[in-house]
Amino acid sequence: MTDVAVIGFAEAPCRPEAGTTSGVELLVPVFRDVLAAAGLSRRDIGFWCSGSSDYLAGRAFSFVSAVDAIGAFPPITESHVEMDAAWALYEAYVKILTGEVDTALVYGFGKSSAGELRRVLAMQLDPYLLAPLWPDSVSIAALQARLCIESGLFSEKDMAEVAVRSRANAIRNPSAQVSGIAEVEELLGAPYVADPLRAHDCAPVGDGAAAVILASGDRARELCERPAWISGIAHQVDSPGLGMRDLTTSRSAAGAGAAAGLGEGGLDVAELHAPFTHQEILLARALGIGDGVEINPSGGVLCGNPMFSAGLSRIGAAAQRIHDGTARRTAGHATSGPALQQNLVCVMEAR
Amino acid sequence: METETALSAPLTIGFTYTRSLGPVLSQFMTALAERRILGSRGSDGRVHAPPAEYDPVTYAPLTELVEVSTVGTVQTWTWMNRPLDGQPLGRPFAWALILLDGADTPMLHAVDAGSPDRVRTGMRVRARWVAEPAGHIRDIECFEPDGGCPAARATSTSSEPVTMIETPIQLRYRHTTSAEESRYLRGLATGRLLGQRCPACGKVYIPPRGACPVDGVPTTDEVELPDQGTVTTFCIVNTPFAGQRITPPYVAAYVLLDGADIAIQHLILGCPAGEVRMGMRVRAVWRPREEWGTTPENIDHFRPSGEPDAAFESYAHHL
Repeated sequence: MTDVAVIGFAEAPCRPEAGTTSGVELLVPVFRDVLAAAGLSRRDIGFWCSGSSDYLAGRAFSFVSAVDAIGAFPPITESHVEMDAAWALYEAYVKILTGEVDTALVYGFGKSSAGELRRVLAMQLDPYLLAPLWPDSVSIAALQARLCIESGLFSEKDMAEVAVRSRANAIRNPSAQVSGIAEVEELLGAPYVADPLRAHDCAPVGDGAAAVILASGDRARELCERPAWISGIAHQVDSPGLGMRDLTTSRSAAGAGAAAGLGEGGLDVAELHAPFTHQEILLARALGIGDGVEINPSGGVLCGNPMFSAGLSRIGAAAQRIHDGTARRTAGHATSGPALQQNLVCVMEAR
Repeated sequence: METETALSAPLTIGFTYTRSLGPVLSQFMTALAERRILGSRGSDGRVHAPPAEYDPVTYAPLTELVEVSTVGTVQTWTWMNRPLDGQPLGRPFAWALILLDGADTPMLHAVDAGSPDRVRTGMRVRARWVAEPAGHIRDIECFEPDGGCPAARATSTSSEPVTMIETPIQLRYRHTTSAEESRYLRGLATGRLLGQRCPACGKVYIPPRGACPVDGVPTTDEVELPDQGTVTTFCIVNTPFAGQRITPPYVAAYVLLDGADIAIQHLILGCPAGEVRMGMRVRAVWRPREEWGTTPENIDHFRPSGEPDAAFESYAHHL
């Protein structure tokens, strides 16, 4: 089978409010940087695939305006998913496997700050039984966190420790929106945002964009000194009924990890898309990621969560550790939907 | 170019989803109108309330519906201190997963508990119904702490089957324009039409695009365009529709302003619809100056200028 590798990654700094509702201008420098690093021009890219959401932009077909940032004339081959761009990466990966193209550029973008994000995200819920009640994303995560805490899986202090580690890691990440040295006791003294979640337990709302370049076989070796070869990639989804799945774990994350061969070798780095502190603990358990693995050395999405590109950035950040020679085998994870409903795992290795 | 703050404005989007119900949810909604709650029995015997249409484990269609209680137990909760628009209650309330008696998996709803110290996992709650249930999940106004008195009797009258639901959606945004669009809109406020030229290919875009669709680079060089141009293509609107501001028939056309490389869409008035043609020369008719704002609506419409028609070749590459 065709070997496919991540050969490039760039992201815009995640900021509380950046740019226009369309997000196009955030993409322009990201494309420039990711193409320049790979020594490619726009015309060299065989396939373009993006992830974004009309509900974030507040208008129909909002992704079309982003195509302007590509320069789509003469015509290009292009596709879009109304999901985090990690799923666009999956589509691009499959496109390369068909043999039709040997390079693909995947990008995600969104202006989370244009609307009221936690309310807008109610639109992704079951439209008959849940969305008409407008349950917001933070409240749903809080219901999950309490279930876990009261089941004895972990404590609010364990959750605060995740925030402390993430913020400390983010000091080295210029794209991070939040970073710094914090103390667990100090964080636990803050009021609840949605009991039992405090502000540090929730990813900040921020605007951003990211791009990843994929290439196959010899093309990847020619363009990149140390390609991050994708040894396995899989995604699974759980029931949209919040009551119908065990919220104290993520069956779809575990399933995607197993299907991607996550456990079939030692892991150096895992970038987990966990918009809430408790979800990082849940994901690490579900994926069987134990001691000795660096989790979210970038600071993760708790330090910057640009919707629809943050999952793609996890794959990019995990790939970068192979590009720079500081890791041999890494994993990027993306999530979508309420309370870790849908999950994608991409395992990469140096060869 | 001087730095100016980008123009932004509130944008509210409202629409109503009208959704058809399948056989399972139709029975569920019909029962709600009778103040009863139904669940579906899964392949493993568990009862899901509200009902799952497909088994969460085997994905098989589920068809057996069973009635569960309107009283249940809180399994987990959080406190909503500042309720958001559209949520079940306007005052602070608890969100909870509630396991109804007779069900094996919980439902999400609001609990009107008054304050967070009156909510706990394990508390008993009962459904509070709206005055006139009509077959919608919002027929359950919320749950409230169960006082232990017997559950209110369901309405006995069997209603017509509910087959559709309507859900109104309202979303609010702050729409922010790009620096280029802001220049364009501020130009309009002074009666000027400002386009921008792509530094790479030289094409002139109005409104300026932020990025040239050919070259993917920001457009930077400003170009002022006249308020006259050529009709490249058009259609005659004969059909009335909601919100229409002009009585049909009228003409919507693409007008290529002189010096531009992309047409703008506008109305052509001032002549019978049947006289509008490709190549027709037109001129903008502006609203009174005192009505101008940072909006393309400053131009009310275009009208024939009386000049001879433009040659097809002059706009053939802009169709």
